[in-house]
Amino acid sequence: MTTLPDFRPSRWAALTALVTTSVLLTACGSSGDGSGSGSGRAKSGGTLTFAVGSDAGCVDPQQVASNDTIYSVRQIVDSLTDQDPRTGKIVPWLAKSWDISSDTTTFTFHLRSGVTFSDGSKLTAQVVKDNFDAVPRLGALGTLAEGYLSGVKSTTVVDPLTVKVTFKEPNAQFLQATSTHSLGIESSASVRKTPQQKCSDGVTGSGPFVLKQYVQNQSITLAKRGGYAWGSSLWRKQGEAYLDKLVFKVVPEAGVRAGSLQSGQVDAISSVGKANEAALKGGQVTLRRRANPGIVFGLGLNSSRPALKDARVRQAILSAIDRQQIADTVFPTGTKAATSVLAHTTPDYTNLAPDLAFDATKAKSLLDEAGWNTGSDGTRTKNGRKLSLTINWIPNSATNQPALELLQQQLKAVGVAVTLKQLQVTQLAPTLQSGDYDAAWANITRADPDILRSSFSTKLANFYRVPAGSLDAALSAQAATTDPAKREQLVARAQQLIVQSAYYAPVVELQTQLGVSKKVHDLNFDASSRIQLHDTWIG
Amino acid sequence: MRRYVIKRLAQAAGVLWAAYTVSFLVLDYLPGDPVTAMASAGMDSGQVDPEQIAALRHEYGFDKPVLVQYAEYLGRAVRGDFGDSVATGRPVTSTLADALPQTLQLTGAALLLAVVLGGGLAVVATYTSKRWLRQLLLSLPPLGVSVPTFWVGLLLVEAFSFRLHWFPAFGNDGLRGLALPALTLAVPTGAQIAQVLAKSLLTALDQAYVETARAKGAGRWRVHLRHALRNASLPALTVIGLLVGQLIAGSVVVETVFSRDGLGRVTAAAVTAQDIPLVQGVVVFGALIFVTTNLVIDLVYPLLDPRIVVASDRRAGFA
Repeated sequence: MTTLPDFRPSRWAALTALVTTSVLLTACGSSGDGSGSGSGRAKSGGTLTFAVGSDAGCVDPQQVASNDTIYSVRQIVDSLTDQDPRTGKIVPWLAKSWDISSDTTTFTFHLRSGVTFSDGSKLTAQVVKDNFDAVPRLGALGTLAEGYLSGVKSTTVVDPLTVKVTFKEPNAQFLQATSTHSLGIESSASVRKTPQQKCSDGVTGSGPFVLKQYVQNQSITLAKRGGYAWGSSLWRKQGEAYLDKLVFKVVPEAGVRAGSLQSGQVDAISSVGKANEAALKGGQVTLRRRANPGIVFGLGLNSSRPALKDARVRQAILSAIDRQQIADTVFPTGTKAATSVLAHTTPDYTNLAPDLAFDATKAKSLLDEAGWNTGSDGTRTKNGRKLSLTINWIPNSATNQPALELLQQQLKAVGVAVTLKQLQVTQLAPTLQSGDYDAAWANITRADPDILRSSFSTKLANFYRVPAGSLDAALSAQAATTDPAKREQLVARAQQLIVQSAYYAPVVELQTQLGVSKKVHDLNFDASSRIQLHDTWIG
Repeated sequence: MRRYVIKRLAQAAGVLWAAYTVSFLVLDYLPGDPVTAMASAGMDSGQVDPEQIAALRHEYGFDKPVLVQYAEYLGRAVRGDFGDSVATGRPVTSTLADALPQTLQLTGAALLLAVVLGGGLAVVATYTSKRWLRQLLLSLPPLGVSVPTFWVGLLLVEAFSFRLHWFPAFGNDGLRGLALPALTLAVPTGAQIAQVLAKSLLTALDQAYVETARAKGAGRWRVHLRHALRNASLPALTVIGLLVGQLIAGSVVVETVFSRDGLGRVTAAAVTAQDIPLVQGVVVFGALIFVTTNLVIDLVYPLLDPRIVVASDRRAGFA
């Protein structure tokens, strides 16, 4: 998933960095308690204040798609399953077990008993059905949740604690989808509200925290749910959460977030960019990072374009990109150069680093072979036409423009002229749909390899105009298998085909970077690189 | 006098209508609409069904011809109904009404600070007989006008919040939370007041009536404040009318830097989300505040200088 559009001019960030680094270097050491607080024993109580950069204007987990707001609303709802961030394995949460039909069209969940929502109502199979029946009605307002349930035939109540979801076609991704915040289970009363009401008033969930107050563009306040006793099987603490209260403050200016954390006005902050790292180093702060699973930042190449129809041209583009240089220059410290079309935190990721090595000589010879010869101005030409590429991009992340400008220079070095075209966020999808473009800068966060099928199957949107072929077979087969080993093989095959045929030019992995005060413990990333605050404590 | 007031009211209504119409046309001309904005989280929107988008668009009336939309919206807007925000579903008027008090606090405090600091600077700079001090003071306003507001805000927050811990860096809490944002917003405003007031004070001090007053034995301070300042304040008052518009515009930046709730933040969010009803509400509302302030100032002129109404009526005769 992409973050919300960042509309501030980039010179803000630069100036803020300048100001904060110069002043903050001399400004630490005023907080009373020493740095040697150590780990100690976990204790209950306290308030965690978390500064995020934006407000999605909505506090319904089923509708929210922006990380800054997912951090808070995720804590309100539980999901049927959870996903182990280390192994990618799906484990019990509200469902204590499940059965999947051999053709992966039918999923039967056996619910835990004794779970209640914060309005007192009980979790039953009917409530789950109500949720899954309502999600498609969110339509364009809840694209993530709706996408996970697309192709659903029916949800039926087998008995009060057993619910069966049937799809028209094999749909292996659905199991992982039930672990996401988007398919978090809300009470029947919440489900009956209109999407707009759910957005502004919030929802009732069964999660470890309850929504207390939402002030738009200002703050989201959550309180501990008393009597909570049905946490995910991954959590270390049984029962209620440690923290009494969570306050998420919206602080749009990155420099102010960093300074507020450094000066102890908040306990944690989201979206720490490269510019603010220096300011946060060495104080009472640790930087927490994890690569987002899913499709890495890269160029989706439109394979139906005359020049890009030739696989050699696409492969040359892949070889001409110095990924490490882009990761080191533009992105936060620790960002990894892409080693596949999937990030290394995605289940069934395969390391294809040799295929993605930077090799300008190889790029040049591939272009020579394809008949594109170097012209007088350094740009290659063939039959009088220049080898030029327009890259469409949207300003949804501050790193996009500098990354693309560097990429532009790298491609220029092998004779490919690149024009960067900035689109409004709203224009991107229609542009991709129309097919009238050369390349687009993209990334998608999803902790299931089926995201490859959404992006590259010729049977779905097929934004990149991938020709039908053996890739389709691999993508369809992985969606239809319940055998983990077999699925891994098929997903590996799909990654190889995408990278070797160069339908997508992977560049760098998106990394989530949080700044966290040293007095905050066990603030952990979940499998989607968002956060889980049940186990978090302050000491 | 009544004719003058009616005429000014009619002008005010004209300005409001123009603001509404221009913003409608600009928003209509922009590519995309709030529904696609809402439905697209960038690349993830691949799976959105065009039919669902069409249904949403129908629900909000964006599928109607532009002129029909314009007429409908205008008809409702005249009755004070700007519809519901597309992004949040809340009525535009109540969104604005909720944000208004915070912004009024901020701009009110900033204006007060600006008048006191800017006015004070102008009076002292023109009163002092020390040449170097006058030069120094008079060089401050151009500086204040030219430094970017967000930079001033970041410097202040760095010094007084992160280092000295005197004020919070963000939020709307009480007077302490108001101090830094109001000061930030007061810098460019106060600087402009100082520039105009100092210039007109210097002009006024050269006038014959000042000489007369001095000749009659009035003290220097009394001449400066009672005689010169009163006459010199008219241009400054005109400038304040214009500055109110700047203050509201400046609140977009200041409220973002200091994470304050208010009209500025609402505006920034509405523009980003292409929330057409909300943006229109903001534009008309901003125009309303601007027009009202200037109307009030126009009506105050005659109290300061009785010649003004006569002049206006004479001008009206030519129009």
